[in-house]
Amino acid sequence: MKYMLLIYNRPGFVEELTEAERGELFGEVDAIMKELTESGELIGGQALADPSTTRTVRQRDGLPAVTDGPFLESKEVFAGYIAVDCESLERATEIAARWPDVRFGGAMEVRAIMHDSGAEM
Amino acid sequence: MIDGPSAEHLLREHAPRVLGALVRRHGQFDACEDAVQEALLAAATQWPAEGVPDDPRAWLLTVASRRLTDRWRSESARREREAATALAEAAPGAVPDRDDTLALLFLCCHPALTPSSQVALTLRAVGGLTTAQVARAFLVPEVTMGQRISRAKQKIKAAGARFDLPPPGERAGRLGAVLHVLYLIFNEGYTASGGAGLQRAELTGEAIRLARALHALLPGDGEVAGLLALMLLTDARRDARSGPGGALVPLAEQDRSAWDRAAIAEGAALITDALTWSPPGPYQLQAAIAAVHAEAPRAEDTDWPQVLALYRLLARIAPNPMVTLNAAVAVAMVEGPRAGLDHLGPLDGDARMSGHHRLAAVRAHLLELAGETDAARTSYREAARRTTSLPEQRYLEARASRLSEGTP
Repeated sequence: MKYMLLIYNRPGFVEELTEAERGELFGEVDAIMKELTESGELIGGQALADPSTTRTVRQRDGLPAVTDGPFLESKEVFAGYIAVDCESLERATEIAARWPDVRFGGAMEVRAIMHDSGAEM
Repeated sequence: MIDGPSAEHLLREHAPRVLGALVRRHGQFDACEDAVQEALLAAATQWPAEGVPDDPRAWLLTVASRRLTDRWRSESARREREAATALAEAAPGAVPDRDDTLALLFLCCHPALTPSSQVALTLRAVGGLTTAQVARAFLVPEVTMGQRISRAKQKIKAAGARFDLPPPGERAGRLGAVLHVLYLIFNEGYTASGGAGLQRAELTGEAIRLARALHALLPGDGEVAGLLALMLLTDARRDARSGPGGALVPLAEQDRSAWDRAAIAEGAALITDALTWSPPGPYQLQAAIAAVHAEAPRAEDTDWPQVLALYRLLARIAPNPMVTLNAAVAVAMVEGPRAGLDHLGPLDGDARMSGHHRLAAVRAHLLELAGETDAARTSYREAARRTTSLPEQRYLEARASRLSEGTP
């Protein structure tokens, strides 16, 4: 089963950490990524740039209109994802629970990735 | 990549035997499996250019042995001495006739591995597929699949598994794991939709090929015969099971003239024969159910009482919520949709099934048969929200919309 683990956190929270805490956080991320790579569960992952660099496109008067900044100002923003292929939803949840952002007030969403296989009905 | 299907077929046929011979000689399944993979890749590039060698198996064994010894040479002087012996022994013609496919299957489906690792390793080590092919079939990056296979081999080593047939006491359980892995490979291919799914669809053929090989090795095992029959009878419906754009076509609406009659005849003969001498097992009963469907000229000719009797037997020897779910459809066809809905009742309290999209989908179908249009629509929508399959979601949404338009 393939899952996307969506990382949500409060923009700028990393800046407020001490150097030691930052080192610990990145160390934990590296360790989880290494484990998932070696187990053959990691499909991919990306971190997103700061929300202040966002550009939003919406339709206005029938035409796409571009504005600078995120669509919604919110306490938590989508900060990145990792995609995994693992045995079960429980395993995906376990990986998400270890992601350090959770400990620093962020949240992880575990969402199944749709696939193109269909069983006979 | 390979010159025609025959060369590729040849490689896959020989892969497990070459690997078996190599492991018998040197031990070290892990290193031998890598060496055979390299030999297969070498054959895939050299044979098309230079022609298939007279004795392909000996060629593969020689090249694989050389790769193995190259690696050992670069490792240490101690290894070098072993390598010299290995090379001398690996002369063409020294290939034993002994078929190690069975021992390999047991090893690759070792209980220390997760099902997805068992599947990946089986396809590479026994099926002779390359890492890239396995990765494409499971839609993951090649590096991910390579890691999964190498981790699987480490686990087998750590578990102290031996390249041999399991002792009689463990044999039935271990064979069950092998059959499960072959069935997983089959389903991965069978449920793949057309277009982008073509690579994956080849898994079906690969699973049938491996099941055939297993049946040839164990002709007296009823469940092996049953699994092969089940695959043939199911795969016979392949061309009819999806419409344009990969849309799912339910069994009752399939164009039965598109069913593969030869596969049905072979599967039906296999299962009919097996049931005369083997105690019925879950694969045999599922094959028997598939055979009843296959033998009905039209959906309305289906012998539902027979299907229901087979499901009742299956529920007795291998009870599980999926069997209960499928049996509910047969109950509905024999005793009416209300009885079918009642049969689903206990599943709501089963943590494995409550909230499962298939439970909602079957309930929707039975509610539709019972004429409860609003409830059926609600259940179809619930099933559509819960499935992670795009074709299933499209199908379920279409069923729900059809009810909205008031044309059941």
